[in-house]
Amino acid sequence: MKQLLVFIKKEFFHILRDPRSMLILLGMPVVQVILFGFAITNEIKNANIAILDNSKDEQTQKIINKIAGSTYFNIERSLVTNEQIDEAFKTGKIKLAIIFQPNFQNELTHTNSASVQLIADASDPNNATTLINYASSIILDYQNSLMGPNKLPYTINTEVKMLYNPELKGIYSSVPGVMALILMLISAMMTSIAIVKEKETGTMEILLVSPIKPWLIVISKAVPYFILSFINVTSILLLAVYVLGMPIEGSIILLFVMCVLYIFCSLALGLFISTSVSTQQAAMMVSLIGLMLPIMMLSGYMFPIANMPWILQMLSNVLPAKWYIIIVKQVMIKGLGFSGIWKETLVLLGMTALLILLSIKRFKIRLK
Amino acid sequence: MRTILFLLRKEFLQISRNKSILPIIFVMPIFQLIILPFAANYEMKNISLSIVDMDHSLTSQRFINKITSSKYFLLKEAPNNYNAALKSLENDEADLIIEIPRGFETDLIKENEIKMMVTANAINGQTSGLSVSYANSIIKDFNNEIRVQWIQNPRLNPRPMINITSSNWFNPLMNYKYFMVPGVMAILVTLVGFILSSLNIVREKEAGTIEQLNVTPIKRYQFILAKLIPFWILGLFVLSIGLLISFLLYGIVPEGNILIVYAFAAIYLIALLGLGLIASSNSDTQQQAMFIAYFFMSTAILLGGLFASIDNMPRWAQYITYINPVSYFIDVLRMVILKGSSLYDLRNHFMVITAFALVLNAVAIIGYRKTT
Repeated sequence: MKQLLVFIKKEFFHILRDPRSMLILLGMPVVQVILFGFAITNEIKNANIAILDNSKDEQTQKIINKIAGSTYFNIERSLVTNEQIDEAFKTGKIKLAIIFQPNFQNELTHTNSASVQLIADASDPNNATTLINYASSIILDYQNSLMGPNKLPYTINTEVKMLYNPELKGIYSSVPGVMALILMLISAMMTSIAIVKEKETGTMEILLVSPIKPWLIVISKAVPYFILSFINVTSILLLAVYVLGMPIEGSIILLFVMCVLYIFCSLALGLFISTSVSTQQAAMMVSLIGLMLPIMMLSGYMFPIANMPWILQMLSNVLPAKWYIIIVKQVMIKGLGFSGIWKETLVLLGMTALLILLSIKRFKIRLK
Repeated sequence: MRTILFLLRKEFLQISRNKSILPIIFVMPIFQLIILPFAANYEMKNISLSIVDMDHSLTSQRFINKITSSKYFLLKEAPNNYNAALKSLENDEADLIIEIPRGFETDLIKENEIKMMVTANAINGQTSGLSVSYANSIIKDFNNEIRVQWIQNPRLNPRPMINITSSNWFNPLMNYKYFMVPGVMAILVTLVGFILSSLNIVREKEAGTIEQLNVTPIKRYQFILAKLIPFWILGLFVLSIGLLISFLLYGIVPEGNILIVYAFAAIYLIALLGLGLIASSNSDTQQQAMFIAYFFMSTAILLGGLFASIDNMPRWAQYITYINPVSYFIDVLRMVILKGSSLYDLRNHFMVITAFALVLNAVAIIGYRKTT
């Protein structure tokens, strides 16, 4: 036991003597949560648009004023000819062009029909859809205002209720994701690097011939990163609650227990990586490209799993992060108890056990 | 010149002998490019729907037929009360509940007005917002259908109508993959280039071989150049693989001139590798360099406009993206590949990235000290 403590102390020194890395390890989750909370948003705001007004009359001016007055759009420029539209899109300045037909007012008052063309930059399809929807509804609003307060017959109204997140804040889905990503990277990447580093520099031999048992060496490597991860969980949750105003509906103890389980799973994965590669660079590449991008994209963190082809849905089941994210959402946002998450918990437990078993089998205590 | 050639040979030998890193450089990007654009899909489909029909009339049946025949929604269940539907929302079995109230048909005819209730699981604000707006537009459509059918006489006074036509340029099929592929490509080139370069010098430090290089008459700029060129070539190689895959797998043929992509990537890689070398020569261990690389990469990718449009960010975040080389690269790839932007259209991007390249490499050369 005393030996183990000495070793853990040694590992702590490794980390503490490198304040720059410490700063990044502890500061990164903070930066990411804040970026997600305030910067990364899919809400349309001040989208740059261009207007080609071929009519230049009172009506078109009124519509343009209405569009300019909305928070969605920012009229970047007024065009004069059709050719300029192409150029405006290709320099990337605008996302939407609104084109009024010539004689707009005349047509509207005399034939009761005039047309507006909307052209969207659909290289980002969702953005394009949303922009067209917003612009159309502003124009339709204007059209309705021309008709006066005339009620239509047989109207179906809808009442929309947004459960769990009435303001549709993006942070509700990104906090669980950021936690999954950061914990996985710190625990899996750092542990694997720390172990492989000893292999690479040759100090592993010294450790292996010492009287301490090999598995204690591994545990002593994992403990400091476990503690760091735990600090990060706490700081992310504090930020989410006190800075971003996100509630914790369920039991906070259950939430922390689940985080600890996930950290264990990540540490086991790190251990497994370290038994499979021989250089730090390879360990980093595997952890970064093999973990960072898949967690960002396949775990349900940024993109809904239900939209994926079935083969990717199957693949996402292998990621511990997927299960962890479900657990955090259920407990933290929906406020469910253990009965709501026991399946996911079992999956995480199983993965952890499997990874530890595999690592023990592969862990070599002999030199080549 | 000869010195650089020797150094280059050394670097290439080291890379080619490193058996663990080579497959990662080539296989990973291919793998990612094949999988990720399928995953990174905001095209909503199969939204699990739970309909509580309290009316059981012909009209409500007609509505259910209409909404379930759309490609967005998948009818998961039709429980007979709202609470049962809420339960499935809680268990993630349903994403959206539509409640058709009792007397839907009769009240609509008698009172001219009726209220339908739509409840969404809004944990993911983005997708729930989209699914509610799809549901709303189907309800509106349905409303218009029955109106047209039920109103006998044509309207006496024609109303002024503004016809809105919309067209989607550059991606008329609204294929989300076209949007993601160039972005993912940019990220992969960046990941490979930045990680390898940021680990390089520090690796020599850790192994102690940097001392041997320091005592040779190699000039500082020669040293930096020799470190830079191999990764520059690797980066362009990864880009070529990416372009090839995006053609073979996704049928994406760049609208614009592919040479512009290469020209920009060439300058971008110089800037990026310069940054990597700065990170590397300022670190003492590979682990430390990795932290810096990871911190930079994750922030730069998040703010690079790959997932969330830069236009929607608040001002201060937009200012940060001005000094984020990754966002320029993603932008250029998308503009050339999807929109066919010309060199002239991209002049600003080119100027900025060239400035980055010059400044970062100057810092890298000056910052590299031969003394320890």
